[in-house]
Order: sequence, then structure tokens, then C-alpha cells
Amino acid sequence: MKTIKFLSLLATAAILFNSCSDDDDAPEEIHEEEVITTMTVILTPEQGGDAVTLQSRDLDGEGPDAPVLTVGNLAANTVYNGEIELLNETETPVENITTEVEEEGDDHQFIFVTSGSIASVDYSDQDEDGNPIGIEFSLTTGEAGSANLAITLRHEPTKPNDGSLSDAGGETDIAQSFEITVE
Amino acid sequence: MNFKTLVAAVLCLTITSSIAAQDCSYTITGTVIDYHSKTALPGATILVIDSDLSTVSDIDGSYSIKGVCPGKIELEVFHPECPTVIIPMKIEESRVFDIKLEHHLEELDEVKVVGNSIGDQTNSALEETLDLETLETYSTGNIGDALKELGGVSSLNTGANIVKPSIHGLNGSRVLILNDGVRMQDMEWGDEHAPNIDVNAAGSVSVVKGAAALQYGGDAIGGTVVIDLGRIPQIDSLYGKTMVTGVSNGRGGNLVSELTKSYENGWFVKGQGSYKRLGDHETPDYVLSNTGVEEMAASLQFGKHEFTSGWDVRYSFFNTELAVLRASHIGNVDDLIRSINGGEPEVVRSFTYDLLNPRQEVNHHLGKFKYYNRFEGIGKWTVQYDFQSNRRFEYDIRRGEDDDRASIDLQLTTQTISTDFKWDAKEKFHLQLGLLGRYQDNFANPDTGVRRLIPDYTKYDIGSFLIGEYRVNDRLLLDAGLRYDFSQIDAKKFYSTSRWEERGYDEEFQELVIDGSGSQLLVNPVFDYHNVTTTVGGKYSPTLNAEFNMNYTMAQRAPNPSELFSDGLHHSAARIELGDLRIDSETSHKITVSYEQNFDNWGWSVEPFINSIRNFILLEPSGVEFTIRGAFPLWEYRQTNARLTGVDGLVYSQWSDRWKSEHRFSLVKGRDTDKGTALINIPAANLRNKIVFNHSEWNGFEATLESQYVFKQNEVPNNITVFSPEQQQDVLLDINSAPDAYHLFGFHSKMEFPFANNTKLTTSLSINNLLNTQYRDYLNRQRYFADDLGRNIILQLKFNY
Repeated sequence: MKTIKFLSLLATAAILFNSCSDDDDAPEEIHEEEVITTMTVILTPEQGGDAVTLQSRDLDGEGPDAPVLTVGNLAANTVYNGEIELLNETETPVENITTEVEEEGDDHQFIFVTSGSIASVDYSDQDEDGNPIGIEFSLTTGEAGSANLAITLRHEPTKPNDGSLSDAGGETDIAQSFEITVE
Repeated sequence: MNFKTLVAAVLCLTITSSIAAQDCSYTITGTVIDYHSKTALPGATILVIDSDLSTVSDIDGSYSIKGVCPGKIELEVFHPECPTVIIPMKIEESRVFDIKLEHHLEELDEVKVVGNSIGDQTNSALEETLDLETLETYSTGNIGDALKELGGVSSLNTGANIVKPSIHGLNGSRVLILNDGVRMQDMEWGDEHAPNIDVNAAGSVSVVKGAAALQYGGDAIGGTVVIDLGRIPQIDSLYGKTMVTGVSNGRGGNLVSELTKSYENGWFVKGQGSYKRLGDHETPDYVLSNTGVEEMAASLQFGKHEFTSGWDVRYSFFNTELAVLRASHIGNVDDLIRSINGGEPEVVRSFTYDLLNPRQEVNHHLGKFKYYNRFEGIGKWTVQYDFQSNRRFEYDIRRGEDDDRASIDLQLTTQTISTDFKWDAKEKFHLQLGLLGRYQDNFANPDTGVRRLIPDYTKYDIGSFLIGEYRVNDRLLLDAGLRYDFSQIDAKKFYSTSRWEERGYDEEFQELVIDGSGSQLLVNPVFDYHNVTTTVGGKYSPTLNAEFNMNYTMAQRAPNPSELFSDGLHHSAARIELGDLRIDSETSHKITVSYEQNFDNWGWSVEPFINSIRNFILLEPSGVEFTIRGAFPLWEYRQTNARLTGVDGLVYSQWSDRWKSEHRFSLVKGRDTDKGTALINIPAANLRNKIVFNHSEWNGFEATLESQYVFKQNEVPNNITVFSPEQQQDVLLDINSAPDAYHLFGFHSKMEFPFANNTKLTTSLSINNLLNTQYRDYLNRQRYFADDLGRNIILQLKFNY
């Protein structure tokens, strides 16, 4: 009796063990939805003229390839209206991340750090609390020479802040700097 | 029961010096225990020679002889399964004395208490056991916290909630955790994956420091943690306990309750459950925001254990939801530099019980069936089937509605069937032969919307072992074992083309690509590993109070899925982790030696070891990679040759009836012998001193003051230099530097209040980090972001019934 009970349990165990047959289904491919592959900054001269493009594009996301930079030259002593566009190009169709950042404006902020021939960067937009986001801004160049523009997008920064990276805190979603020639 | 044994063991060290009056009113009490397994031996007859005094040890081995006259006497002790011994002693006052018997038919005892004997797992390797009383003081903590009581055991922490035991400097897949005879399969490969075990379910925990316990697995290069459940006696009884613990740091506590019904005919049923809830932990200066935890565990066990045969079934469930320090979630290397240099965490909010992102949620189910049968004059046959299901969710801080969506969602299912036969009919020679088959399936849910860190895979294991032990004479015991394991891992993984080429896999593994049509490559690696483990050792007792052990073990471990396949950004740690398909098994050669002497009122032991590992697999920072989010430290798995050496020492002394002290020292050194540098994550040397005062007349009052000094780890790998986009220059990333030495004090006291009907209330008060010292620990992965825990006051009420 006891043996039979035991043997039946053993048999059940064996069936369970074998029933988990190898499933040969291929796993589903995951396209990262939150990756930002591309940041494009369009700088349009306030007085009219051709727009200048700064772009950082990293199509393999977290992969080993570094981002590819495209940098146009700026004119000296000029005021540019700037606008930033963020894309996830790993998805088809390409996803526009800018709208997400805009919707969560109170949780995001672009920080601009400049050196060289850029005189100033000022925010031109506001979130629901009246604090800057930085999707739109204006940039004023100085005398001709070389310049550096570092653009950082912070998630959950301290808002309001003084516009510096240290005061803003939060986590970095984008950090890219551009070496620019001002002529 | 264990408590009595412990107290008896403590007291038995006492020597007395007072002059006694000449009346026959003294009492000898103590416990009869097995010399090797330290388990209690009931049914031993103890008599005082040349008198009519005698008694028989009861179910928990304890005995008491009243009316003993002063002077020199001799005790005669006999037990059906042990050779009779005669113990001379001098009686000057009532005393406590533990009787150790040489229990040749150890297996007999194991059957009686099957599933829980605090028996040795090996004969010759280094072993140490934590008893129930010590485990209970860690009721609101983790199993890893409790194990640190033992010499040579430390832990790799991620905050206070994730504690991975580390034995002789090794952790993760190198530490095998055996939960009631079932090898835990709970994604032990990750640094931030804690063992899914409720410390409150354990009756005792033994640690084998090395791979010598090869009946459980051949790959425990660090060691084996053997968790046994409480012992269930074969008598008609109904008993249980309920324990309530409150802690100040975390402002919460837990509730534990269990009930056992046992019968004389071998039937038993036992139920157990626990619930824990803590809010944010605190350092001396600030709240560690988002470090709360909620944990639930339950188990049910029933069966019938008789001498000739028996079976049992157990089901246990473990659920934990734990919050991970908010400030440890960072964006890129600049955020990390800021955190390391900042000194204080970037996010400090007011105390809350809320568990926010980042957080983890893990469910573990374990089912087990075991049957044994004893064949007269031959031996014992055991067969076991177990099933485990481990589901892990990790939630990160994400944009938009994805905040409620797990970033990691893994389901690991494991089934194992194992059988062994032990020939123990011969008194001098035992042989054990075992076989094991295991099937494991890992499923990484694509609904996360995040590329998988660990891919889908299936894994087969087949193992077989043979262990023999030979008792040369009463003083010398030799053992040896051989084990062979085959394992095959069959994974399906997506690689980004750029990663595939950057690793050079397109030249070596291109034939593994099964679908290259998408934007990523689908790859199907199928790898086989053949591993051999062998052990040989001996135990020699030159005198009754001295013991010398020596063991050599050669063990091989196949790489785990994380070491092979990790690939991607670990958001919460802001690091890119890369496995390597080329990684092969590592081979460890470990020699341990131990010598211990136990005198009447003091004793000491010293345990040196050397572990030389060929193709040691390690994960360390190697550089940075650039993305649009900035630079990330790159952590790569690589193989090298390594050597770990160390020593654990213990001295204890019974200064008087009331005072006792204990002193422990542990040291491990790890070298990468190929590169000539230090190994990462090797615990710092530490020194622990403990003074115990006890006054059993005051309701079993006992108070302990403990000091723990942890040295600074001076031997660390070099820091790495990274380019900081924020600072526009190369910066030295202080990622490997160790924090300063620290010194912590702890206090513990307890009292017992017995009531009628065998019920008892035990109260205890403990204070950890008594002086509220500010410190950081090298083996806490959150040391970059915040200080470690401040003072914690723990109040516990335990009711036995």
C-alpha cells in the first residue's frame, strides 16, 4: 500500500519533470521605447537667414558605438532661436520623444553650459509651474572664435534652479557637448 | 532544545573552586550529545559508579542526577548505539557537564531526526553552525546578516535589504544554498539578488567553507550554506511558538508564528508563517529614502518519519518587495562622480513606509517530496523531487506611464529529481552514491520594453557522486569523494549588431546566428560543460579535547547565465555590464586546515585556507562607453587566475560562572595572479570581541556586549580614469577605493519567564550600532551614495507553547 502510494507519487513527479518540454519558440524582439537616439538642435537666426543644425545621433543606443556628431558653424554676434528635437530612431515609425518631455515639463529640464564665443543662452519656454524646460531657447554668439555648448537633459531635477548642473541635480537623460566654430 | 544545549555547553566550561561542605546534595546536569554531529542523544543511561544514582537522558538529551556526594566520582554512560564511556570527575559543588558520545551509527540518529539534524555535512572540511537562538535574534533581518556571526563569512550588500552571503571572500553562484535539502535556484547570479529565504523558517544553519560537501553540488567553490528545519520529535505532541519583534531603525517589525503536531507513530504536520514590514532606514544623520521592505513567507510540511522508511512533503512560499535607495539610481558617469564626491545622498526625503521606484519584487515557490527506505543490513535509499519557481520584477524610474512597468521581469522554473543510496552497515566504512537530474527554464518577459539583461534559456544538469568515509580508529577518520556534473545551456538571445561585432563574436560565433533579418541578431548559443569535483580529507583527534582537520577539494564551476550573456545598461546602477560567450568553467583547488582545542574553561581554534582558482570569473570596471546620455562605466566579466588566502581564528574563555568572552578574527586576501593586482570585493579583515554575562537565577538573564572592528580594505583594484562630458576632461573615478575602518558596538540581553504547561515567554532587547557611529562598508554597493545604518533598537517577545 505504502509502496504503491509512493510509486504513484514518483510517477507523477516524473511526468511533471518530463512534461516541460523544450519550447523552440523564438523570443520576441524588444525595441527599446525609452531610448533617445537622436538630439537635433535647430538654430535659426532671429534676423532671418539659414538655420544651423547641431546633431548627436547614436543609432545603437547603449551599444558600443559612440554618438555621431554633426556640427554647423555659427555667425558671430548673432541671436539664434533654438529648438530641440529628440527622437527614438530604433522604432518604426520613428518616435518623437520631445512631446513626452514637454508633457512632463515639470520633471525635465535642459541645462546649457557654454564656453568660448557663446555670449549667453536663455530659456524661451515654461512648464506648468512657470519654470523653464529648455526645448525652446535663444542663443547669442559673441566674437568669432571657438565655442563649446554642452546640452544636458535632466530627469527629476530640482525645480526651480539656478540653471547650473549642480543645482539642478536629478538624473541625466542626455549629455552631449558640441565644439562649435563661430565665424 | 537548542537553547538548553547551548546554555549547557556554555556552563559546562565552568570550573569551580569553592570548598564544598560534606553533604550529598549536589546535582549534575547537562546534555548527552553526539560527539560528531552535536545532536542530542536521548535514552542514554548515566550512572554514578559505586552508588545507586542513575538516570536516563530525555528526548532532548538532557539529564540530571541529584544527591551526588562531593569528592572524586566516576560517571558511566551507555547508549544502545555508542560504546560505553567512563568519565572521572571531581565534585565540589553542583555542576553542569555535557557528555559527548562517539556515535558510530550516526545514521540511526539521522533517521530519527531526518531533515533537521545539526549533523556535519562533511567530516574533514571547515564547518560551523548557527543555532536557533542566534537565528531568532536576526528575525527581522536576512539570512545573510545572521551568517556573519560565523568566522570567515561576510556579505555583499546592496543596502540593508539585499544581503548576499560571502564565504571566504566568494559569493553569488559560488555559494550554494541548500534549503531543507533543496538547492535554491533563485537567480543567485546577480549582485543585487538576495537569497529568497525566510530566516525564521530555519531551525539551524550550517556553513561548509568550501566545495567539500559535494553531495549537494560540485560547484560550491565558495562554500555551502545548509539550512535545516527545526527538529520534529517522534512523540505525541502539539507545540508552537509566536514571536513579535519591533525595530526602531525602519520603524517596523515582524510577526512569526509556527505550530507543530507530531505523533508517536511518526506522523507530523507543521505550519509556519511570517510577516515583516519596515519603512525607510536611517543613518545617524539622515533618512535613507526609499529603503523600506515588506516580506511574507509561509510553509507547510507534513509526512511520516519512521526508522525503516518515511516520506515528507513541504511547500514554502516567499514574497518580498523591497525599495532600493533612491539616491543610488543615477543617470550616467557624471552623476556617479557627483555622488561619490558629494558625501551625502542627493535625495533625502522625510521618513515614509512607501515603497517607490526603484524597487524589486520577488516571489519564490518551493515544493518538495522526499521518500526514504532503509534496507536492513545494507543501507538507506532516498529519493527526492523538488520544484521551484522564482519570479523577479525590478522597477526603475522611467518616463511617463512606464513607471509602473517592470524593467526586469524574469521567471525561472527549476525541477530536480535526485536519489542516493548510503551503505552504512559496516561500522568502519560508509559509502554514498547519488544521482541528480535537473531541468531549468528561464523566461524573460518582453513586455518590459527594455532589452533583456538575461536571455531566455533552458538548462539541463546531470550529476553523480560517490562519497566514502573510513574510520581508521577512534581517533582518525578519513573521507573522500568524487563528483561529475554535466550541464548544457541553450539560450536564445538578441544582440545588437554593433555589440556582436565589437565583441568579435562575428568572427568566432557567427554560426550561432539563427535570425539576422531584424535590427538585432537572434543568436542561439548551446554550450556544454563537463565538470569534475573531488575531495579528500581527514579528521584526527589526538585527545578528546583536540581536533585536527585537513581537506583538499578540487572543484569546477560552469559559468552562470549572467557571466555568459549579460549585455546592456543596468539603469539602476548606471553601468553597462557585459558577459562573454567565451567564458569557460573555473577550477578551484582549496586546502583547508583547522586545529582546535577545548579545555575546561577556555578553548581556541585556528583555520587557515588557500584557494587557488584557475580561470576565475570576475566582474570589474574596465572603462567607459559613450551614449547620448553621456558616458557609462563599463563592467566586463573576464577570466583570470586568482588566489585567495585567509585565516579565521577563535579564542573563548569562561572567566567565572557568570562571565565569558569570545574573540574572533577573520582575514581574507585575494590576488589576481595574472595581473598582480588585488581582487575586487574581498572583505576587509575584521575583529569581533564579545563579553557575555549571565545570571540564570534571574529568569535566565543574559547580557552581551559586542564590539566589531572592521579594518579598511587596503587591497583594492586600481581606480579607472574616465572622460567626464560635464567637466570636459579626464577624471579619476574613485570606484574601487574602500571606505575607512570602523568600529561598532552592539548590545543584547534576554530574560525568560516560564509559565505552567510548558509554556515560556522570552524577552530580549538588542541595540545594534549602539553609539550611532557613522560608517560605510566596502562590501555595500551603496557605499558610493550614502552612509550605512545608524542605531537600531530591537525588542523581541517570544512565546513558546
